[in-house]
Amino acid sequence: MEVKDIKIKSMKTEDFRDNESLQKYIDELEKGGVGIKVAPLDKVINWGRSYSVWPLTFATSCCGIEFMCVAAARHDFARFGFEVTRNSPRQADVIFVSGTITKKMAPVLRRLYDEMSEPKYVIAVGGCTVSGGPFKSSYHVVDGVDKIIPVDVYVPGCPPRPEAMLYAMMQLQRKIRVESIFKMPKNPENGSVILSKYNSDGTLVTPASETKQIEEGGAE
Amino acid sequence: MEKTLKMIQSVSSSCTKIDAADVMVSVDKKDLHKVCEALYKDGWDYLINLTAVDNVENIEIVYHISKSADMEKFMVLKTNTTDVENPIIETVSDIWKSANLYEREAYDFFGVRFLNHPDMRRLFLRPDWVGYPLRKNYDNTPNEGIPSKVHDMDACEDVPSITLDRHGEIVENHTKLFGKNEYVVNFGPQHPSTHGVLHLRVSLEGETIKKIDPNFGYIHRGIEKMMESMTYPQMLFLTERLDYLCGSMNRHALCMCVEKAMGLEIPKRAEYIRTIFDELNRIASHLLGWACMCNDMGSITAFIYGMRDREKIMDIFQETAGGRLMVNYYVIGGVAQDIHPNFVNRVKEFIPYLRKMIKEYHTLFTGNPIARGRMINCGLLKKEDAIALGMSGPNGRASGWHCDVRKIAPYAAYSEVDFKEILHDGGDTIDRYMIRLEEIEESLKIIEQLIDKIPEGDFRAKVPAIVKVPAGEYYQRVENARGDFGVYLKSTGDKSPYRIKFRSPSMVAVSGLDPICRDTKIADLIMIGGSLDYVIPCIDR
Repeated sequence: MEVKDIKIKSMKTEDFRDNESLQKYIDELEKGGVGIKVAPLDKVINWGRSYSVWPLTFATSCCGIEFMCVAAARHDFARFGFEVTRNSPRQADVIFVSGTITKKMAPVLRRLYDEMSEPKYVIAVGGCTVSGGPFKSSYHVVDGVDKIIPVDVYVPGCPPRPEAMLYAMMQLQRKIRVESIFKMPKNPENGSVILSKYNSDGTLVTPASETKQIEEGGAE
Repeated sequence: MEKTLKMIQSVSSSCTKIDAADVMVSVDKKDLHKVCEALYKDGWDYLINLTAVDNVENIEIVYHISKSADMEKFMVLKTNTTDVENPIIETVSDIWKSANLYEREAYDFFGVRFLNHPDMRRLFLRPDWVGYPLRKNYDNTPNEGIPSKVHDMDACEDVPSITLDRHGEIVENHTKLFGKNEYVVNFGPQHPSTHGVLHLRVSLEGETIKKIDPNFGYIHRGIEKMMESMTYPQMLFLTERLDYLCGSMNRHALCMCVEKAMGLEIPKRAEYIRTIFDELNRIASHLLGWACMCNDMGSITAFIYGMRDREKIMDIFQETAGGRLMVNYYVIGGVAQDIHPNFVNRVKEFIPYLRKMIKEYHTLFTGNPIARGRMINCGLLKKEDAIALGMSGPNGRASGWHCDVRKIAPYAAYSEVDFKEILHDGGDTIDRYMIRLEEIEESLKIIEQLIDKIPEGDFRAKVPAIVKVPAGEYYQRVENARGDFGVYLKSTGDKSPYRIKFRSPSMVAVSGLDPICRDTKIADLIMIGGSLDYVIPCIDR
């Protein structure tokens, strides 16, 4: 499957900047056993799924205010199918990690992610969640939220403009479009079906990046 | 001031004046409690700030005190302990209630234990955290591993305290925060109505709140420690990330603090622009505060309206400064660039627009009988409680406390404009709600007076390439949208500060949750929290 086959209503494929990463993702999925062509039923399901992604009301700091702006009148993400925010992680499909994640907050965020039901997605909003951002040199800040939970889309900026968040949402919609509900990607090593993006022992199932061990124990 | 100095010298002979500006007094730690009591009786009932400083050979505690009846009065009291390994200083939390959280913060960051303080738990960091990060010998390498488990809640309930027994020996006591039969509910850290990642442990009896224990630190980024290794222009951008809703005003405080210390003369044009930007930022913050409070009470429409009108201010900011939420506009010596040619017209269009909209807000929400029924006589805060807690800003003014720094110690162009300090005397939720909408109108009045009078000239003073602040201690207050925001700066003459501390008005607002909410219903907690309008990252820093 090619990137150009994925079409969403709001924007043309050639207008997206980073089509290469998505192509890489498609190739990885195919390697993991997901069919070359997305079946017609998948198409229908994905069409529905990609236009009803409901985010969790989650914000730790500044980016949360821009997230509120995206939800409010001027930018209004309901136009793109991100209809309403949900206050319970069990009802949410995507979590916008907007704001710095500190070491005290990290286990809470991970628990929230665990409480969400599959399929679930993560968008890292802002410099802090991408890499630690301006607080990278701090003793109490997690430098990159991908050390705790797997991230689907990264949005740089401090804070990102609402338009950037809308763009990230559309990128996520394209990512949802290539998935197959009936064929779950398999672990290339043992052939087991990967249901979650991370295993019970805390290692991430991201073929592209090396598996990262979440360290046990406290901060000492 | 001379009278006060004589008075406290009669209490303790160890009181010495250390600064020529006769506001700084040093006192021996043995006499600290006595002196503070005498000061309190003399009317010094408002503890603005309490800062611990690690001077390597000793640990110093700095108290900034003022009189609530005469807020122009301002003094600094200092004490220190040379026992760096096990520093113990007598508490003043029984004199000023607001010292309670400040002293816990000093314990958390410096390991200073306060004798007779009822609650010596960590305030920000996890209970199992090792070391005191703001000590100069603390190794603050960023990568120490990410904890995988949420910290032990039982450890949070174990309250240590130290007292003296009758032989004068120090004894450690442990008490439990909640009784065995108490029904405790966790509120946050992930909750849409906590306005950030605030964690409250609420003890309930049926639906009635009996006790609230706030648990901070979920967004503690160590800004104060980071700033100790940054240059002054670098530091500025972090101030906006403290309280992002009034970023400009926080930045203004630090800019003014550095400028005053360096003796820089700021061009009139820059002062006018800064005042207008501050007021626009205040309007944006109050609009969001109003919108979120209404949202918390169930009115989504009000939220949409507030955010819609806030976007207009964001447009004005963006045109001139390039940033929306983080304006990044003020620099040491003035502002980063001149205002956009459209700026004046845009602001002039905005003022009548918002005036019309505020009328609409009142029809939409203020007059709503259900909203009024919930807000009137709910969440009462008496004036003397507000002063004891140090709850300044709109929350204090709703209780009738005259505490607007713009009036008390005018800075920038505030002395040249005519505006009213809004005071209410009820102190309940509707007063705190109304005061924000009324302050927006006052802010519009200020902008209206200044917008046509922006003087010609430079927008930025000449500043040396490397900014160095002369050795000494400085304190600068501004009125931000939440209250009395302060910057304490200690410099050794270097290009980065020795110690910097921010006084967070949000922290006092949260410390007021417990006394305000006792014996109200749990459903009102969310509304009262909305009316106090705190911003959590400002507390955690």
